[in-house]
Amino acid sequence: MSSIHIKLKENDCKAINDICQSFNNEPGELINVLHKTQEHFGYLPAEVQEVIAQNLNISIAKVYGVVTFYSFFTMSPKGQFPISICTGTACYVRGAEKVLDEMKKELKINVGETTADGKFSLSCLRCVGACGLAPVVMIGDKTFGRVAPEDVKKILAEFSS
Amino acid sequence: MSLINIKINGKDVQVEAGKTILQAAKQIGIEIPTLCYMNLHDLNIEHNPGGCRICVVEVAGRRNLAPACVTKVTEGMEVKTHTMRVLNARKTVMELILSDHPFECLTCAKNGTCDLQKLAQDLGVREIHYQGEQTTYKEDNSPSIIRDMDKCIMCRRCETMCNDVQTCGVLNGINRGFYSVVATAFEQDIIKSPCTFCGQCVAVCPTGALTERDYTNRVIRALADPEKTVIVQTAPAVRVALGEEFGMEPGTIVTGKMVSALRKIGFDKVYDTDFTADLTIMEEGTELLGRLTKFLNGDKDVKLPLLTSCCPAWVNFLEYQFPEMKDIPSTAKSPQQMFGAVAKTYIAEKLGVSRENLVVVSIMPCLAKKYEAQREEFSVDGNPDVDFALSTRELAHLIKQSIGDIKDLEDEDFDKLMGQSTGAAVIFGNTGGVIEAACRTAYEIYTKKKLEKVEFEQLRGLEGVRSAVVDFDGLKLNLGIAHGLGNARKLLEQIKSGEANFHAIEIMACPGGCIGGGGQPLHHGDSSIIKARAAAIYREDEGKAIRKSHENPEIITLYEEFLGQPMSEKAHELLHTEYFDKKKIIYIEK
Repeated sequence: MSSIHIKLKENDCKAINDICQSFNNEPGELINVLHKTQEHFGYLPAEVQEVIAQNLNISIAKVYGVVTFYSFFTMSPKGQFPISICTGTACYVRGAEKVLDEMKKELKINVGETTADGKFSLSCLRCVGACGLAPVVMIGDKTFGRVAPEDVKKILAEFSS
Repeated sequence: MSLINIKINGKDVQVEAGKTILQAAKQIGIEIPTLCYMNLHDLNIEHNPGGCRICVVEVAGRRNLAPACVTKVTEGMEVKTHTMRVLNARKTVMELILSDHPFECLTCAKNGTCDLQKLAQDLGVREIHYQGEQTTYKEDNSPSIIRDMDKCIMCRRCETMCNDVQTCGVLNGINRGFYSVVATAFEQDIIKSPCTFCGQCVAVCPTGALTERDYTNRVIRALADPEKTVIVQTAPAVRVALGEEFGMEPGTIVTGKMVSALRKIGFDKVYDTDFTADLTIMEEGTELLGRLTKFLNGDKDVKLPLLTSCCPAWVNFLEYQFPEMKDIPSTAKSPQQMFGAVAKTYIAEKLGVSRENLVVVSIMPCLAKKYEAQREEFSVDGNPDVDFALSTRELAHLIKQSIGDIKDLEDEDFDKLMGQSTGAAVIFGNTGGVIEAACRTAYEIYTKKKLEKVEFEQLRGLEGVRSAVVDFDGLKLNLGIAHGLGNARKLLEQIKSGEANFHAIEIMACPGGCIGGGGQPLHHGDSSIIKARAAAIYREDEGKAIRKSHENPEIITLYEEFLGQPMSEKAHELLHTEYFDKKKIIYIEK
């Protein structure tokens, strides 16, 4: 997983320390800590993981192991409009792959990446519970159903103003 | 303890509640094949992630096959360990494991000692019906360890050693599914991690995923160079393990044959690291007595306990994990580095060779010694004191490719000047040995009396953390011993909190001490081998005419001719070092 290096500010560290403290620095709460921290920073860069490891008194390798195991966690910042394409069974059989390919082509990025202007990021997820609308695409909080590859351009244009 | 009745292959067995099918079967002599499973019971290490599924067995009334290493026995259970269904399943599991494994067996460093290879052979796998995608990870080269993760089968034994036993926290499983692999934090090269290079991960890796950096060819090149004088030193633990690589019983002592082999291979001089182990005792023992005297005279700033500093993985551990304590260890260099420093000055002069043309090779039971040899502070103008450190396994390869076998060789003696050693030096290979050797010398210097019984039985054993009181004629010394870095951590935490009150502590990074080192012949999880090596070390000690370091005639000569006194200016320059704060820095902007 690629990562960008940042310098943490003192108040960034305080934010992480506070989150860890709210879970009593309990190593078993790692996943909850990561959730809250990602909510705060938008992503989990290496340095943030180091501070978490130090607080919970666990190895950095272990934190990294958990971050890479769950697709929800990300080490690169999400775009202003995060795009999630459902590749669950129903969406997949109804052509989610083709929609995904079209997205990649339009945005010129791969899954897990963010466009250079920071506007869009692309990720896949497994089932949003709206199989009747398959294939489903979510952009931010907005849900698009029965998306065909030829709709992609139009959908993206909605966010481009 | 309540007993449970079960049937294995139609045979009635009574086993303790809480045991697994694997343990129950072993009890009646039925071996179930395993791969990811590892049990070093004397060291209290059991690793059973139930991940590989090689150990599956049939349990009556159960729909699917049960992994024997994690399935607990229940009353009335009926187990069959080698039905057709079981054998087929094991073969299929093996084929699937092999479906993304590189087929480089003939040129792989683990060829012949690979658990995966042996198991495939045992299971009779002759064909692989599945062809899968293969991973292509970048090979990670460090001075000590090479990680070739394409060969990783995710048994995760290395993680248990790194995290639970050694508490280094370098390795962890990352990603999921096909992409899951054992890696360092952020998949950095291992040299950038807090890895101590103890090599315990390498020692338990069942495949060629983790191996040592092999310097054999560089040594061969040096031996072939007419300009170079190549000398070699051999660590205490090598002589009680090398024989295993040639089919001898664990615990066979092959000192004389090893010397003979090294001479036949072409080393110009064959010296002994045991000699510098004696030298270490002279320096470290003097340092200990110096600190003790200051302490007894009421000096409050004196650094106690004195920690031994022979083990390079332990030194790395301290520098990464407890840098605030870097002033406590003895400043004495390890025997390997003392040898290098003396060889490239004293011996170079004696042999009439320049430093540049003198190549010092060491044979070590250890992988961290390779890293230690490359530390910048152990070189002069870019020329290292020790040029190449080979493991016991590499020496075996070097012997096999050059002269074949050692079995029929006549015993020979080490060369003069740095070849004589005492029983005190030999026991450096065992946990508790360094501190015992130090006691033998320090006792006589402190009390000015002859030590009648040289064995300090209270310092011996395989318990992970031990403590003992040694009586120096009224002065009661509190001594601590830890082997395995997890145990070392426990002792260090006690010192930090002020809970423990020791005068001196011996720490060795590997379970059992150097005899269980990461560079030794693979013991494949059989701890009786480690015990046999330990017993051999004590036998070798008993067989020595001189058993106290300060009585070694060559040591006495070295001080007379070259060094002056222990802790002299010259000794300081050549035989002592300092430690550094290597805590990994977190990127925080102030």
